[in-house]
Amino acid sequence: MHPVRKRRLLVVVFIVVVSSIGIGLATYALRQNMNLFYTPSQVVAGTVPEDVRIRVGGMVVRDSVMRAAGSLGVSFRLTDGNGELLVHYTGILPDLFAEGQAAVAAGYLRSGPALEADQVLAKHDENYTPPEVVDAMKTGHAARAAREADAQGSSTP
Amino acid sequence: MARKWQWFHRLGSPPGFYRASGYWLPWLAVAAALLLGVGLVWGLVYAPPDARQGNSFRIIYIHVPVSFLALAGYYVMAAAGAVHLIWRMKLADMVMTAAAPLGAALTFLALWSGAVWGKPTWGTYWVWDARITSMLVLLFLYLGMVALRLGFSNREAAGRACAVLALVGTVNIPIIYKSVDWWYSLHQPATIRLTAAPSMHPDMFKPLLVMIVGFYVFYALVLILNTRAEILARERRTGWVRDLAAGRNQR
Amino acid sequence: MSPQFHGVAEFLAMGGHGPYVWSAYGVALVVLVWLVVQPLRRRAAILKSVRQVLAREGNR
Repeated sequence: MHPVRKRRLLVVVFIVVVSSIGIGLATYALRQNMNLFYTPSQVVAGTVPEDVRIRVGGMVVRDSVMRAAGSLGVSFRLTDGNGELLVHYTGILPDLFAEGQAAVAAGYLRSGPALEADQVLAKHDENYTPPEVVDAMKTGHAARAAREADAQGSSTP
Repeated sequence: MARKWQWFHRLGSPPGFYRASGYWLPWLAVAAALLLGVGLVWGLVYAPPDARQGNSFRIIYIHVPVSFLALAGYYVMAAAGAVHLIWRMKLADMVMTAAAPLGAALTFLALWSGAVWGKPTWGTYWVWDARITSMLVLLFLYLGMVALRLGFSNREAAGRACAVLALVGTVNIPIIYKSVDWWYSLHQPATIRLTAAPSMHPDMFKPLLVMIVGFYVFYALVLILNTRAEILARERRTGWVRDLAAGRNQR
Repeated sequence: MSPQFHGVAEFLAMGGHGPYVWSAYGVALVVLVWLVVQPLRRRAAILKSVRQVLAREGNR
């Protein structure tokens, strides 16, 4: 390669490398702020700032959703597998909010600890499945569970 | 100079590219129209709805392809910028100029379709999530490229400044890609991965694939159209453009 | 493979998500058409102005 072009190529590589390092360091320094939400175990461990609006994300614990009679009040627990956090919320939940699915709640932490949420967002996964396939999978699971229960029942005298 | 490079130098000259691309355009236009038409009807009418999201999931057939091209288009623009910086190739500068508004439009569409998809699924149009915010940064990078070009009266200086901005901005592209894996984010991880099967039912995935290929062809079509207009604008005083305008032995 | 909708009304309603789906596709259509039309118009305008220059020079 022509020496002048070689020098220009080095300039190009230099620009990309230096800006990568700079922006890499900046995002590393901001890594907590880059997260949209805290996890329930971080809240339980007390590593989360108090008296500021925070977001907590996790799986909605099965059978934990309780709706207040005669109002839009609802409470549920979020889990990340290690810790659980109680959330109180008054308002309309998104369509995709469901037990056993991920959700993000935003609000202020109260003693307990419990989150007094003013916004609840549903987080969905990257899987897309037609309804018939889901039904087929459910029946398949049910059938297998029944078979396994049968097999266990017959093996224990 | 070796003979095998002749075609490259002919194609690399603005009039050579203008002439050659004139033959490609009809094919690209027909292919883009066919692919996008088939993908659209397939995705909107024949693909099954998602079990949890219902029909709002059909926004994926516009959201994912435009997002793909918004990111891939940045690499096209930055590569053209690097070629221009190293070899001072005029055509590369024109391609870089042509890619900026196209990328901005596609990034805007990615953000827009994401917002109207977010409302029925997540419960909000907008959230300052790492993926969405880095995509907004991409939009500003594209718009910055357009603005920077307008800010210079000297074309040489403008080309070099834009190339540097394009190269610096490339850092943002892997951040956008990996943001959903590196940080806790509301946006779901990628459905289509190079290393694994798509986490999507084949009946839903095939129309998506058609749309993605269709958008790649559409991108090539518009990039060439923009580049051709840019060539004419810069070479309007040359003999070959005068011949072209007067309809003298030109295509 | 068969259509997922019975009739146009059901198709437009998109199971209650019509406004979201159609605003995404509508805006996309407008932007994509603009992307194709804009460079074609620019090209035509440049060629027209070059022809005007040629005509002026020819009259001199």
